[in-house]
Amino acid sequence: MRSQGDKNIKMVAEGSRRDFFIKFGQIGTFALVGGTLWSGFLSNAKSHAFVLRAPGALPEDDFLATCIKCGQCVDACPFQTLSLAKVGERAQIGTPGFSAREIPCYMCEDVPCARACPTGALDRGIDINQSRMGLAVLLDQESCIAFQGLRCEVCYRACPLLDKAITLDYRTQKRTGKHAYFEPIVHSEFCTGCGKCEHVCILEESAIRILPLELAQGKLGENYRLGWKDKSRITRDFKSESDSGTQTSNKEIQQEQRNRVMDSLNDEGTLYE
Amino acid sequence: MSNIIYRNRFAISRRICQLSILLLFYTSFIYDWKIGGVEVLEGNLSASTLFGMIPLTDPYAAFQILFSGHSLLFDTLMGAVIILGFYLVFGGRAFCSWVCPVNMITDNAQKLRARFKIPSLLKINRRARYWILGLSLVLSFLSGVAAFEWISPISMLHRELIYGMQMGWVGVAVIFLFDLFIQKQAWCGHLCPLGGFYSILGRVSLLRINFNKEKCTKCGDCHRICPEPQVLNLAVIFKEEMVYSGNCTNCGRCITQCPEECFQFSLRKSRPDNQESLLKEINFSENESN
Repeated sequence: MRSQGDKNIKMVAEGSRRDFFIKFGQIGTFALVGGTLWSGFLSNAKSHAFVLRAPGALPEDDFLATCIKCGQCVDACPFQTLSLAKVGERAQIGTPGFSAREIPCYMCEDVPCARACPTGALDRGIDINQSRMGLAVLLDQESCIAFQGLRCEVCYRACPLLDKAITLDYRTQKRTGKHAYFEPIVHSEFCTGCGKCEHVCILEESAIRILPLELAQGKLGENYRLGWKDKSRITRDFKSESDSGTQTSNKEIQQEQRNRVMDSLNDEGTLYE
Repeated sequence: MSNIIYRNRFAISRRICQLSILLLFYTSFIYDWKIGGVEVLEGNLSASTLFGMIPLTDPYAAFQILFSGHSLLFDTLMGAVIILGFYLVFGGRAFCSWVCPVNMITDNAQKLRARFKIPSLLKINRRARYWILGLSLVLSFLSGVAAFEWISPISMLHRELIYGMQMGWVGVAVIFLFDLFIQKQAWCGHLCPLGGFYSILGRVSLLRINFNKEKCTKCGDCHRICPEPQVLNLAVIFKEEMVYSGNCTNCGRCITQCPEECFQFSLRKSRPDNQESLLKEINFSENESN
């Protein structure tokens, strides 16, 4: 009797083990198929978009992970610059961004959009003049009328960091021999990518455009040493003399830049002197 | 008339609650509605700011972001703790029946399918939501973005109701048709991982449905009206005299439906000891009443 009972128990155990494996397989299959489709969608969504983010946005990967898509930055923006991306737009659905040609960033001193961000996807402590939403690039010299020898300067005048982010380069115009080209030049050291230049460009399609930094910028290899800029002595491994030294000097340079930056909107009458 | 209102008092107050929360978000954004200089409710269900200072965060979204390997600001974590605390008191899935905008759609789908007696085509397990919940956390970890937040029809609908309607209605339409033609309560009762998340919370939450077994005539009216009928398994609630299952949404349908008035809201009592055998029955009933 007792052995019979044991056998029954064993059979039940085997049955439940069998059930367990079958169930495990079934659920595992669902999880695998669903997970593959789902992660395929995610990796597609994560691919970098051609979009300008609000000031203080973290690097794109971190931004996409931490942005909770609540729209509080959109709500906070007094110029209705920001909007949450819709289906079919360049940005990932629900994430905030702006189109400079339509409404640029007006570079509020208190950066209400970044202050409103609950998750830190936008850096709350950002100094607006240090923000890098993108970089202005004079993309089409063929249509920019300044390069045809006509007087324009509109982008130069609209720039909040006048004479810093965009300067004018004067060059003799060979066609007439007595006039000059006034060519706008963008400096990445100061340009925040606010997009006012793109917004005001008088052409039907703007010749100057804000591009995301990774599209706009090249990168010089570390093996290059520009002797007229880098005054430190050459070492054997072609690195700067001491790392700590360059770090402090970088900080100093940043501080100096910050001091030099003067927003023309917040000018108290000393900028043009 | 007053009788009809009284009989539907929970259904009516749930709609009022859902719509007024939506309206608060909407007016705060569109009309910049302010009281004493601060916006009343800024943001959406994913994250918001109440009265310009109290942060509120969807705890499930916060979990996903943490799983994606990113830290969160103190405010965000505080917001998640506030919401967690709120639903620990008012019942985990109170979110589903009192706040979530998708509930309005699925409730109507359920009403319609009952009227036209549409049979279920699929038999999804009610525990699928926990698997999807787990999967979303694993995928958040692997992909580095909050996995469910990227596809969530709930956040999409709510976001677009406030910030401008686009394609969010497609996901909602799919849910509606699925609930209507494919399976009863397919989304809210089987698949939604946010519901699964709040179900787990509901297992320990304070506000529960009390069951008076002396009055019960076993007519089954509560079973027919309940969106999660497995929580009203008679064998279980006769022993426990309270709905302990986290799946209960505290919608109050059973309270108004029961002709003997067996049900009422009450605070959680300590659960009877014979949990082992009860757990089996609950599992059994979950499988049975798909």
